[in-house]
Amino acid sequence: MLLKDYLDEEKLEKKPVREGAGVGVMELGAEKDDIVVLTADVSSSARANFFEEKYPDRFIQCGVAEQNMAGIAGGLAYNGMRPFIFAYSVFAVGRNWEPIRTTIAYPNNPVVICASHAGVATGEDGATHQMTEDIAIMRTMPNMTVLSPADYNEARLAVKAAYELKAPVYIRLIRGATPIFTKPDTPFKIGKARVLQEGSDVTLIATGITVYEALQAVEELRIENQELSVELINLHTIKPIDKETIIASAKKTGKVITVEDHQIEGGMGSAVAEVLSENYPLPIKRLGLNNSFGSTGDPKSLLAHFGINRDGIKKAIISFTS
Amino acid sequence: MNNPFNYNIDELKKTANIIRQDLIKMLVEAGSGHTAGPLGMADIFTAFYFNLLRYDTKDIENPNRDRLILSNGHICPIRYTAMAHAGFFEIEELKTFRKFNTRLEGHPSIHSLPGLETSSGPLGEGLSLSSGIALASRMRGEENDYNIFCLMSDAEQEEGMTWEAAMFASKYKLSNLIGIIDYNNIQIDGKVEDVMPLEPIVDKYKAFNWSVMEMNGNDMEDILNTINKAIEVKNKPTMIIARNTPGKGVSMFENNYKWHGITPNKEQGNNALRELQHNA
Repeated sequence: MLLKDYLDEEKLEKKPVREGAGVGVMELGAEKDDIVVLTADVSSSARANFFEEKYPDRFIQCGVAEQNMAGIAGGLAYNGMRPFIFAYSVFAVGRNWEPIRTTIAYPNNPVVICASHAGVATGEDGATHQMTEDIAIMRTMPNMTVLSPADYNEARLAVKAAYELKAPVYIRLIRGATPIFTKPDTPFKIGKARVLQEGSDVTLIATGITVYEALQAVEELRIENQELSVELINLHTIKPIDKETIIASAKKTGKVITVEDHQIEGGMGSAVAEVLSENYPLPIKRLGLNNSFGSTGDPKSLLAHFGINRDGIKKAIISFTS
Repeated sequence: MNNPFNYNIDELKKTANIIRQDLIKMLVEAGSGHTAGPLGMADIFTAFYFNLLRYDTKDIENPNRDRLILSNGHICPIRYTAMAHAGFFEIEELKTFRKFNTRLEGHPSIHSLPGLETSSGPLGEGLSLSSGIALASRMRGEENDYNIFCLMSDAEQEEGMTWEAAMFASKYKLSNLIGIIDYNNIQIDGKVEDVMPLEPIVDKYKAFNWSVMEMNGNDMEDILNTINKAIEVKNKPTMIIARNTPGKGVSMFENNYKWHGITPNKEQGNNALRELQHNA
């Protein structure tokens, strides 16, 4: 598929990113009999239901009790099982940060947390259910890997890679149906960023839902202004961060923009800034929520409001490069 | 598997006294840590390592071992002392407690010392971990091979997560899970009954569909009888309320919440040792 084809959303199949994780774990369950899935009364909503229907004996309903769910998962992992938690991010890791730290991360128990409802893209549910601080709180936790897949296919591959890693993993997932723009067999390697388009004037680094928005922004700019050459990177792994790709791109373009559906403080952009300020200091512009909660609304309006949709990204690229 | 000692009541009482003495020496040497809780739990830990618990110090990870989970990690000095006497490591190593590069960390770390099962300290989490371990034992077809004992403090019953786990364990009828609450009625800020009353604790666990038993946690015969009875319970988890005397064995520490989180100085330690030796 050519880059310009991404411009037309209607041409692309759409599925929720959270569903990619749910289907991925169900598929994995067929070959790995040590996988167990836990949820906190959000099986269908967090997409654990695919696994639940197929493997009811390995499905554990914890009720609305996320803290206990973390501890149960830690105990299961310690005693030889491979637990996958499915819940909403704000509760799965927000409410739960210290139980995860003590019962999963510190003992290095291989628990995978598949957390739906990340970012303002959660939409109509409103700010209490839109998790916009998860990258910040999870990437600071030792032993924790942090993944942020961009579409259904990438989420499906991310859960399989997380199983193989055999370590604590946090996977940030999006609630709504989003365009599928990666292929089911696109290589997904934890810690290896994907350069979606090479360029020379500015580096644009996106993660999760903003990757497709960034793709659109880049393509529209290409049509409007042939002179501007943007390098676009899908940073699906926020920890461990791919320093090599980020530094190489920064050296090539001399300017870096980051965009995420998350607070700019402590998020993906901060992680990129940490890498660059220590290795190759240069001008950086971070797009995201700036010390602000989200609100109710449709995801598109919310992404536009916070300047992290295609128009916001386009504007930022133009003003940052001019 | 068997308990490597299988001591009788008299042997257990003598061992508990020796363990208390080494505990005092360890705390004086460390200069920080907890005194009253560990002393109060000395009899229960002695009963576990020298009679009840099935383990092998030469094969610590043996999959058929009983799991002893210490949720209230701050009373780890008594676990370390009992483990040293049981042969997990040299008694001499107790002197390193809380010092840099020690394996005997201020709160237990499984990365440091084999045989601890879990890292712990943050209260309210052990019952969840223990329930997860118990559920995994069922999923792996090992439910009848070993028991999971979860030792908790009374104050950590104030944590909401404890009750989330209590619901979970009864939902899944985790009968190889046995909880023991070190009910000594002290916590950092005062008496438990003043800080946050727990009574009626027996009725609470009964209401959560647990089998509930009570024992005097400083009476060796009662400890063995009650825990052995709990092991026989089927189709539900069991919670044992151990009515313990904090600081047990040293009169100046007994029933005084001020000794929850401090250690004796050298002189206080020597007085404590004299009293313990006198009563040996």
